[in-house]
Amino acid sequence: MDLIKALNNQQFILTKVDSVVNWARQSALWPMVFGLACCAIEMMAAGATRFDWDRFGLIPRATPRQSDLMIVAGTVTHKMAIRIKRLYEQMSDPKYVISMGSCANNGGPYWQYGYHVVKGVDQVIPVDVYVPGCPPRPEALLYGVMALQDVIRERSLMDDVREGRQPKVAEVSA
Amino acid sequence: MSLDAPAIQKKIEEKFPGKINRAELELTDPFLVVAKDAVVDVATFLRDEPELAFDMLHCHSAVDYMKEGEERIEIVLHLTSLKHRHWIVLKVELPRDNPKMPTLENVWPTANWHEREAYDLFGVTFEGHSDPRRIFLPEDWEGHPLRKDWVWPEAWHGIKIKPGPKMADLAEEGADIGVGPFD
Repeated sequence: MDLIKALNNQQFILTKVDSVVNWARQSALWPMVFGLACCAIEMMAAGATRFDWDRFGLIPRATPRQSDLMIVAGTVTHKMAIRIKRLYEQMSDPKYVISMGSCANNGGPYWQYGYHVVKGVDQVIPVDVYVPGCPPRPEALLYGVMALQDVIRERSLMDDVREGRQPKVAEVSA
Repeated sequence: MSLDAPAIQKKIEEKFPGKINRAELELTDPFLVVAKDAVVDVATFLRDEPELAFDMLHCHSAVDYMKEGEERIEIVLHLTSLKHRHWIVLKVELPRDNPKMPTLENVWPTANWHEREAYDLFGVTFEGHSDPRRIFLPEDWEGHPLRKDWVWPEAWHGIKIKPGPKMADLAEEGADIGVGPFD
C-alpha cells in the first residue's frame, strides 16, 4: 500500500495493461459506413441526435482502413457477400463485426425462398454480436454495441497471443 | 383525346390485320396478345401514331406458365400515354424452351434494363439487344431462378444457397433458435 500511495503522490496510476487496452478499444469503436438495406435506416437513426451513438465513441469512418467495427446492416446477397469479405479483410486488427437484423443473422424473410440471399453473414465473416429484429430499433443496436463492449472487456491481450486475434475466416473464394 | 381499349385494338387491327392473336378487354388492365414477329412494328406504331402516342413503357415483366398444354413464357408490356392519359397492356407469348423475341430498346430506351432483367431471371433472349448481360445476379450464376423448373444449386463460391429446414419445424423439434428476450 505504501508503494501505491507513493506512486499516487507522484501522479502515477497503477493498473493492468489489459484494462487500459480494452478500455481504449471499447471506447473508440469506429464503424465503417456500410448499409445494405432498411436496417441501415435504423443504423442512421442510431447515429443521429435522438440516440447519438457518439456517446459510445462510435464515429463512422468512410474507409475500412480506419475502422475497427463493421455493422452488417441489412440483406446480404451473394453478390455482396464476396465484397463484404474483401472489406472485412481490408480492416486492420483488432476488428469486430455486429450482424444487425434478421437478414444478416440468418437470411430472415429470405430463409426459405430467397435464392439470392446468404443464409447468415457468419458464413462469410466471423460475427461477434447478433442483433435480432426486422429491423432492430436503434436501442437494440446500441444494446448490441454495449454487448460488444462486454465482449471486448472480457478478452485479454494474452488471449490474442494464445489463440490468434480473431476466429478463422470462412473459406470463400471470390 | 383519351382512347379506350377497344378503340386502341381497332387501330392496331386496321394497321396490322391478323397480328393480334387474342384480346381480353373486360379487365382493369385490358390486354392484347401480339404476334411475336410484329411486336416491334406494333410498338413503334403505338409510340408514333399521334392519336395513340404511347410515350412510356412503365412496366416490363415476364411470367412463367407451367400448366400442361399451356406452357409458355409471357412478356408483359404496360404502356401509358402521358399525353392522352390512356393505357394498354401488350403481351407476347414465347415458347418455354429457348424463348426469344426482338428487343424493344430502340422503341422505348427504358426497355434496355428491363430486358436484361427478364434475361437474368427468366432466360429470355432479346435479339438485337445492345448489352445482353445479367443485371442483378453475379455474372457466373447458373440458370435463371424465376423459371419454375429452376433447380437450386448447392452453393455459389462456397456460400450455401439452399435453404435449411424451416425455423418453425426446428422449434417444434425442440431446437433452441436463440432469439431474444433482452434482459
